[in-house]
Amino acid sequence: MTNTEVLIHELVEKHGKTRNALMPVLQGVVAREKFLSEEAMIAVARELDLSAADVYGTASFYTFLDTKPRGKNILRVCKTISCHMQGKDAIIRAIEDHLMVKVGETTHDKKFTLLTANCLGWCHKGPVLLINDEVFPSMTPEKAIEIIEDFSKKTN
Amino acid sequence: MEQKQLKKIDIIFGWDDKCTPIQVVEKTIKKTPENIILDMIDSGLKGRGGAGFPTGLKWKFCRNEDSDTKYVICNADEGEPGTFKDREILDRVPEKIFAGMTICGFVIGAREGYMYVRGEYNFMLKALDKKIELFNKQLRDLKVDFQIYLRSGSGAYVCGEESALFESMEGKRGEPRNKPPYPTVAGYNNKPTVINNVETLVYTSEICRMGPEQFKALGTKDSRGSKVFSVSGDTPIAGIYELELGMPLKDFVEEFGDGDTKAIQVGGASGHCVPRKKFNDTIIGFEGIPTGGSMMIFNSSRSMYNVLHDYLEFFTEESCGQCTPCRIGCQQLLKGIEAVKKGERPPTYLDDLKRLTSTMKIAAKCGLGQSVANPFTSIVDNFREEIIY
Ligand SMILES: Cc1cc2nc3c(=O)[nH]c(=O)nc-3n(C[C@H](O)[C@H](O)[C@H](O)COP(=O)(O)O)c2cc1C
Ligand code: SF4
Ligand code: FES
Repeated sequence: MTNTEVLIHELVEKHGKTRNALMPVLQGVVAREKFLSEEAMIAVARELDLSAADVYGTASFYTFLDTKPRGKNILRVCKTISCHMQGKDAIIRAIEDHLMVKVGETTHDKKFTLLTANCLGWCHKGPVLLINDEVFPSMTPEKAIEIIEDFSKKTN
Repeated sequence: MEQKQLKKIDIIFGWDDKCTPIQVVEKTIKKTPENIILDMIDSGLKGRGGAGFPTGLKWKFCRNEDSDTKYVICNADEGEPGTFKDREILDRVPEKIFAGMTICGFVIGAREGYMYVRGEYNFMLKALDKKIELFNKQLRDLKVDFQIYLRSGSGAYVCGEESALFESMEGKRGEPRNKPPYPTVAGYNNKPTVINNVETLVYTSEICRMGPEQFKALGTKDSRGSKVFSVSGDTPIAGIYELELGMPLKDFVEEFGDGDTKAIQVGGASGHCVPRKKFNDTIIGFEGIPTGGSMMIFNSSRSMYNVLHDYLEFFTEESCGQCTPCRIGCQQLLKGIEAVKKGERPPTYLDDLKRLTSTMKIAAKCGLGQSVANPFTSIVDNFREEIIY
């Protein structure tokens, strides 16, 4: 079995072999692999006794269940109104310039994918940056770059 | 109309050492479910998630259903732009939510409760899970037959809609269902289900702790009690505030505005935009403008075109795409205001777009598509020049 298949098998053991376990299982795969590969979705389908199309149908509905390859760290800048008013454009521009990617793209070294998100629930402390599951409120372009550099050093 | 003055309240985040959440459960389940329902109805509590359905009635309907399996679900999907109060409650007083869920379970006859927390709040899952484990153990020690489980979302605003949330928990696309049947009849796994907002559940446990009288002494006839507001935008004191319901918007602006407030968006992207000239006679409450708690303040430096554009972009992205009026409607509204701005369409095209929103209000399947008319009409009617020029 591949690493992915082992992981999926463990997740199904933990959450149960039912349709209701589909979201937790897919979330568990994304937590480790950052996206759902075709191989992963087929393995989930097999383990849960669903059709692969069904698994893809569910996965493709959710923003956080990516089916495209992603970098090791996913950066999401909130683009909704409160963060917009507090300067999210400057944050996005600074990150784009620093990482030399546009929103939606992944860096060549596969360390980062830059995305935007809708309201992250920290509107009183915008602009907000979400890196993987970690929240960084009250961003300035300088702080954002500093934090991304820290992540870059931690990621190999 | 009955009016209240702005008053800060400390119920949600307050802590009573002599009556902790688990003690509230212990004390409350000595009463009969019928009496607890009467207390809820008497308190006048209405849902804090947006729709404002009377909580006591919801519990009663579900209790009356005949089924071996029922569920309690806490809606912690908080996705409405400008809302962040549930996150703070989940972080600071989760035990009060658990207590509310347990009492609800006792009343309706459910043995399982689920908390559905939005994926954007994944960072708090570990801590929350630990606290749930501890609470579950306390329940077993008390021989209460109820356990709480955690589920999380994956970044879809529409999953805050109750039936979409059930679909998501069942491993499906988060597409809202037709209603009826309502959740109290057929919810999660098609079993009778009570789904309440985080804040609503905290108030239910607080009403059990302090009695309905103290709660209903606050607010007005149509809007009993207090409510947690998430204040953001052009304000020097952005943050979370619990306020008595029924205050005029004027008071709110005096307290939170920066002296130059032009408009307030009450209730997030799906809510209403109130311009300065209406601050005096707009009441915050179910009799005036109800709100899930999002209050976004705009001062005169802001372009209301940009505000509306942001909201429409939000709806276009978050529409589940299941029904045509909403899927196509949101796209056309967005394109439409862009075309008017660029002069490709005459200003009167805005009236055609308004007619489109009225169609969406009638023909869209769920609250998402139905409520796009709120921001659209209130912004276009009050700031027409800003949209055109
Ligand atoms: C598009 C949409 C999103 C919603 N999002 C939420 C949400 O994030 N949290 C919430 O409590 N209710 C949300 N609701 C309302 C729920 O459908 C439901 O009415 C509510 O959870 C009931 O709880 P309450 O009676 O305690 O308010 C949403 C409704 C719609 C139409
Ligand atoms: S109104 Fe919009 S979100 Fe609701 S069911 Fe229709 S397409 Fe989906
Ligand atoms: S608008 Fe950015 S966190 Fe709410």
